[in-house]
Amino acid sequence: MSNNKIKPKTVLMQGNEAIARGALAAGLDFFAGYPITPSTEIAEICSVELPKIKGKFIQMEDEIASISAIIGASLAGARTMTATSGPGYSLMTEGIGFAKMTETPCVVVNVMRGGPSTGLPTKPSQSDIMQARWGNHGDAPAIALYPNSVSESYALSIRAMNLAEKYRTCVVILSDEVLGHMRGPIELPDISKVKIVKRVTPTKPPEWYQHYPDNPKYPMPKACFGEGYRFHVTGLSHDAKGFPTNRADETKILMDRLRNKIAYHIDDIVQIENYQMHDAKIVIFAAGITSRAAKEAVMMARKKGIRVGMMRPLTIWPFPDALVKKYLGEKKAIIVPELNEGQLSLELKRVMGGIWNYETRKTKKIKEINRTDGLLITPDQILQTIMEVK
Amino acid sequence: MQKISQKSIHKYLRHDKKFPHVWCPGCSNGIVLGAVIRAIAELGLKKDNIAMVSGIGCSSRMPVYADFNTLHSLHGRAIAYATGVKMYKPEMDVVVITGDGDATAIGGNHFIHAARRNINLTVVLINNNIYGMTGGQYSPTTPHGDIATTTPYGNIDPTFDICKLAIGAGATFVARTSAYHAIETQSFIKQAFEHKGFSLVEIVSACPVIYGRLNKKGDAPTMMKQMKENVISVKDYEKLSPDDKTNKVTRGILMHDTEKKEYTEAYGDLIDSLDESEGGSNE
Repeated sequence: MSNNKIKPKTVLMQGNEAIARGALAAGLDFFAGYPITPSTEIAEICSVELPKIKGKFIQMEDEIASISAIIGASLAGARTMTATSGPGYSLMTEGIGFAKMTETPCVVVNVMRGGPSTGLPTKPSQSDIMQARWGNHGDAPAIALYPNSVSESYALSIRAMNLAEKYRTCVVILSDEVLGHMRGPIELPDISKVKIVKRVTPTKPPEWYQHYPDNPKYPMPKACFGEGYRFHVTGLSHDAKGFPTNRADETKILMDRLRNKIAYHIDDIVQIENYQMHDAKIVIFAAGITSRAAKEAVMMARKKGIRVGMMRPLTIWPFPDALVKKYLGEKKAIIVPELNEGQLSLELKRVMGGIWNYETRKTKKIKEINRTDGLLITPDQILQTIMEVK
Repeated sequence: MQKISQKSIHKYLRHDKKFPHVWCPGCSNGIVLGAVIRAIAELGLKKDNIAMVSGIGCSSRMPVYADFNTLHSLHGRAIAYATGVKMYKPEMDVVVITGDGDATAIGGNHFIHAARRNINLTVVLINNNIYGMTGGQYSPTTPHGDIATTTPYGNIDPTFDICKLAIGAGATFVARTSAYHAIETQSFIKQAFEHKGFSLVEIVSACPVIYGRLNKKGDAPTMMKQMKENVISVKDYEKLSPDDKTNKVTRGILMHDTEKKEYTEAYGDLIDSLDESEGGSNE
């Protein structure tokens, strides 16, 4: 790093690059990945930048190896990330479960493309929203963030790195092909002033150290390999010291902690954006790339005198249940445009108790706009729906 | 060979809550654990500096008993996890404990690519010719014609020669012996630790309770004798007639190349070259 003060300056940057640069600003020093469209630029940028700061980049033999390597490096003390898209994310899910189970911080970027299977590699999609929540087998809560601009990609990348460290878990950044490949303005911060959640090293002597304490403080303290603590890590159900256990009492403590460390900190993790919500009767609930069209639709509707607002979750998981109830409970109608067959809307229905009709695929209040043909939902399309429900 | 007393092994084991171990009577895994620890004791490696990484299976249960930085990872993935550890902290001694199924079936891809990179991992592969943990299904090294719970009519699969596979993939230290040859096992593991590059030590082992019973190989001592007779030196092997060569495996150091660049060292050089060319400036 140069000694000159870097002044905040506005540059044009690609979404994927912003994710890579954000992570680097947050202290990324290990990246393992495997090429896949449309995420590859993240790996490419890391391969350029990491060796310059004595960080490590390695292209592994597949996505399974990539998630494995970043978890291994994280246990050795690295701040880690990998990036992929749908097919690669599917391969990584076992490893993501391992990271959650062993409470090892890491960040996985999923630049979503059309699916299922190989699908539409060069087209955007939002169809991995549920996979980000339920991808791994077994019960384990998820943290997933979804930006909607280049500058937010940068900011949420920093945030994801910090949340991973704080809660010692795998954090997913969702992006999509358009968001990843579009270029936009971004005001780069002074990197020395970026807030970083630093690793908290244990203060206890090694013989008293518990890698998995009950009721820990957050950021959870973490020893690393090679520092004298010699702890055990296993994907098996384990006790406070990390040793395998079959005991119900010890397993319960583990499972409760995995759930509660997210559940008790929802206010810390969840972020939403409300746009023109103060007097809105109709609300568009949208995330990521679709929310950009939604915002445009709000403006168009307002010009016609229709009171429309938009609520946008920046944190998809944990789902902002309380905020959804608070802001959407009394609204006349909610429109959910998304590039999938109804994943966010399914979650909204769970929270709002809407009555799901299988025949019409509608609930009383929630109106879906779904698109899975590889094209974006346009502001006009949303406006049309606004006109139908107003 | 330095003599390592039984007592001095104890300080490398974890004594709280881990024993008795999960392995069946007559299993070779304990012999290999002993050999790994003796090799480490002999070299005087620091416990804090050793990472022992394993996958899933009988052999992969080993790390929990050893007082190192231990990682019991996912099935087949031990080498990929170990690559992450070693890449980030090249100064650590990283040993991978794995089995025939773990390393060459589900983990085959990681195995060959780590060998190709020549990353300095010490891979101790315990080959018992069967999936023991799940109750006796055939593995890539179950001999042709043998019985497993999933080859009730005899195995039709040809087998892997794991050492040849490693050599073909670019491993720079490859050795094979059997658990019967415990002193040699210790010696090979020691040399593997000393070797700078990807090293594989395949240890032909006995699974009397599952593989042995299914194939009527006799009890544990009998299987020990079979290992003595069937795992023979390259010299003895060459003397045999082609017919006698079936069922025999060679033991010894089959590859030792000190020329090929080690991977983390190569990456270190890359970092240094950037340091020089850029004069430390970075934006």
